[in-house]
Amino acid sequence: MNRREFNQMLALGMAAGLTLPGMVSRSQAAYDIPRVGNVHLLHMTDAHAQLLPLYYREPDVNIGLHAARNRPPHLVGDALLAAYGISPKTRESHAFTYLDFVAAAQEYGQVGGFAHLATLVKRLKANRPGALLLDGGDLWQGSATSLWTKGQDMVDASKLLGIDIMTGHWEFTLGTDRVLEIVENDLEGHIEFLAHNVKDFDFGDPIFPGHTMREMNGVPVAIIGQAFPYTPIANPGYLTEGWTFGIQERELQAKVDTVRAQGAQVVVLLSHNGADTDIKLASRVTGLDAILGGHTHDAIPKALEIKNPQGVTLVTNAGSNGKFMGVLDFDVRDGKIKDWSYQLLPVFADMLPADPDMAQLIADIRAPYEQQLSEVLATTEGLLYRRGNFNGSFDQLICNALMDEMGADLALSPGFRWGTTLLPGDSITMEDLMSQVAITYPAVTLTDMRGDFLKVVLEDVADNLFNPDPYYQQGGDMVRVGGLDYSIAPMADAGNRINTMALAGQEIDPSRTYKVAGWASVQQVEGEPVWDVVARWLRSKKTIDALTVNQPKIQGIADNAGLAL
Amino acid sequence: MKRESGAGIARRGLLRMGIFVAAVAAVPTKLWATITKPSAAFAATDMDGTFAALGQTPAESAGIIFTTPDIAENGAVVPIKIEVDESLLPGVRRLYVMVEKNPNPMAAMFSMIEGTRPYVETRVKVAQTCNLYAVAETDSGFYMASKETKVTLGGCGG
Repeated sequence: MNRREFNQMLALGMAAGLTLPGMVSRSQAAYDIPRVGNVHLLHMTDAHAQLLPLYYREPDVNIGLHAARNRPPHLVGDALLAAYGISPKTRESHAFTYLDFVAAAQEYGQVGGFAHLATLVKRLKANRPGALLLDGGDLWQGSATSLWTKGQDMVDASKLLGIDIMTGHWEFTLGTDRVLEIVENDLEGHIEFLAHNVKDFDFGDPIFPGHTMREMNGVPVAIIGQAFPYTPIANPGYLTEGWTFGIQERELQAKVDTVRAQGAQVVVLLSHNGADTDIKLASRVTGLDAILGGHTHDAIPKALEIKNPQGVTLVTNAGSNGKFMGVLDFDVRDGKIKDWSYQLLPVFADMLPADPDMAQLIADIRAPYEQQLSEVLATTEGLLYRRGNFNGSFDQLICNALMDEMGADLALSPGFRWGTTLLPGDSITMEDLMSQVAITYPAVTLTDMRGDFLKVVLEDVADNLFNPDPYYQQGGDMVRVGGLDYSIAPMADAGNRINTMALAGQEIDPSRTYKVAGWASVQQVEGEPVWDVVARWLRSKKTIDALTVNQPKIQGIADNAGLAL
Repeated sequence: MKRESGAGIARRGLLRMGIFVAAVAAVPTKLWATITKPSAAFAATDMDGTFAALGQTPAESAGIIFTTPDIAENGAVVPIKIEVDESLLPGVRRLYVMVEKNPNPMAAMFSMIEGTRPYVETRVKVAQTCNLYAVAETDSGFYMASKETKVTLGGCGG
C-alpha cells in the first residue's frame, strides 16, 4: 500500500464516520493505519499542556518569503487544500485549515485531549510492536494547571500516555532547577529528555543527553534531540541562566556521523527548530533520515522530501495542542531503508473514546482547582482565536483589556502561537483565559516609549519573523498591537519593513512619548499578572462583542499562498 | 574623547608604520607580517580602517572555520570560535576577531606560537546586528571568514 492509498483510506474512513450509521466503529477504523515496515515512530508536539479537547483554528495568514514562498508550511486555506488534494468541507479540510471554521467546528466537534490521545496511542502501538512515542516539546506549558503545578500535571499525564522520548522549549521557562528536578526525579526510567544543543555556557558541557540508541525489531535506531535554539532570546534569559543553546549545525553533523558509525540504521532528529529552520537544516546536514519537527505549529499533511548533498531527509511538522499525531514508518532491510510512509492524523475527540485511566488522572489533576478553572468571566459574541502572523481576536481582547485597565495609549502583546479557540456564544472561563496567558513571567507593565523606539520594537520582531534566512528567525508571530495601525513590507530589509504607524488616525511622532501597556517582558520586571488584569476587565464587561482586529496593511507581496484575504 | 585619543594612536601607529615601510622596503612579505604592529588596527573605527591598518584586505578562505551564534543570546558576551584547517591554510601566525559595527571593530588578537594548533575560543561584545570577522595572518598574507550575528530585543517567540 502506498502513501496515496493511505490518505484515501483515511479520507474514506472519515467520510464514512461522518455520514453512515454505525459511526463509532467506522470512524475508529479511520485510525487503523496499516503498518509499513519495522521501524515505527509516533510523533506529537507542542501540546501546550492541553489535557482536555479543544478547538484550534489554523491560520489564515502564514506568509512564506524567498525560498519559503508558496511552499509548505506557508500555504493556508484553499491553497493548502489544493496542494494536498483535500476536498473542501470535509473533516480533513477542517483539521488543516481555518475555512468555515465556526460551522465546521460545530459539525465535527473538538480535537485533541489526552484521554482521546491515549486511546489513539494504544491503538497505534498495538499494531506497531516496538513503536516509540516522541514528543517535540512545549508539552509542560500553556494551561492553568500546568502553571499552578509547575508542570507536574503534564509530566504525570505524559508518563501515562507513554511518551518515550522528548525535547523542550517552554519547559525551560519553569527554570533550570525545576527542569532538572523533573528530569532526574520524574522522567528517570520513563522518558528520555534529549537536547544535544543545550550546554553549559562556561565550559560547553552538555546539560542533557544528546541522543539515544534504541533497537526496534532488530534495527538500531538513533534519536537525537534538538531543543528550541533560541530559548534564552525568545523567553527570559534569566530562566535558563548558565545554559547556552543555538542551532549547532556542525555539532549536529558530528553527532549524526557518530551514531552512524555506531551502527544506527535509522537516524531521526526530534526537533523544536520550527519548520523553515528544519527545512534548511535538512538541506545542509547529511545522514538524517527524518526530522520530526515542531515549534511553528504547522500541521503539514505530508512529509517534505528535502535533498542534501548525500541524500534525502524527510521533514515533518505535527501541528499543536494535541490536535494531530504523526505516524512515521520505515521499512528497513539489510541495513537500508527500502520504503517509508508518513501520515499526520487529526485527532477528533468524538471519533476516539476517552481512555478511562487517563480520564481519571485528568479528573484528579483538576479536582483541587475546579472552582478557579470554571469561573465564567464573560461571554464572547465573536470567534476568539490567536494563531496567524498578525493579530488574532484573542490577542485583540487582551490588548483592549490592557489599554483600558492600564490607561495606555496602545498595547503590545507577544506573538505566541499557542492559545486555544473559543466559538461565538462560548463562555470565557478563567481556564480559557489561562490558555492564552499561562506563563512564568506574566507581569503587566506600563512603559513610556518614544515613537522612534516603538518602531525599533516592531522592526525587531518583524525581522524575527521575516528575515530571509530561517536561521535568523525565532518562530513566533508578529507582536500583537492594540490601538496601533501600521503598514508592513515583509520583503523589505531589516529596519525598513514598518513604514507607517498611526494611533487613532494620528501618525506616530518619533519624538513623542507614548504610554505602552505590555506583558511577557523578557527582562525581570514587576507588575500585576496579566490574567488578573484581563480577568478584571472581562468581569466588568460580561459580554464581549465581536472585536475589530488591528490588522496591519501588508505591502509588497503578491500571489502569496500564505495570505488569504 | 575616547574616539579622539583612539584616532591619535591611529595616527601615531600609521607614522610609525610609515617609518618601517621606509626602513624595510626591501624585506620580504613574510617578515613584514611579523613586524606589523596591530595598535593602529585596534584603534580603527571601521572595517576599512582596520584592514588598512593591517596592511591588506584579507581574502575569503574556506580554511577558516568560524563559529558564531546566528542570534546572540546576550550581546555583551557572545561566544565565538575560530579553527583553521591547516591543510588549506598553513603557517598561521596570528588570529584576529573583528566586530563590524562596534566603535572599534578589532576585538582581539591572538599570536600563534610555532607548533601550536590555530584554534581559539573567546567572548566578544557585539553592540548591534552586524558581521563578525575571523582573520588569519599567515606566511602568505591575510585570510578571513565572516558571518552575521543578530542582536535582538528578544521576546515574542513561540
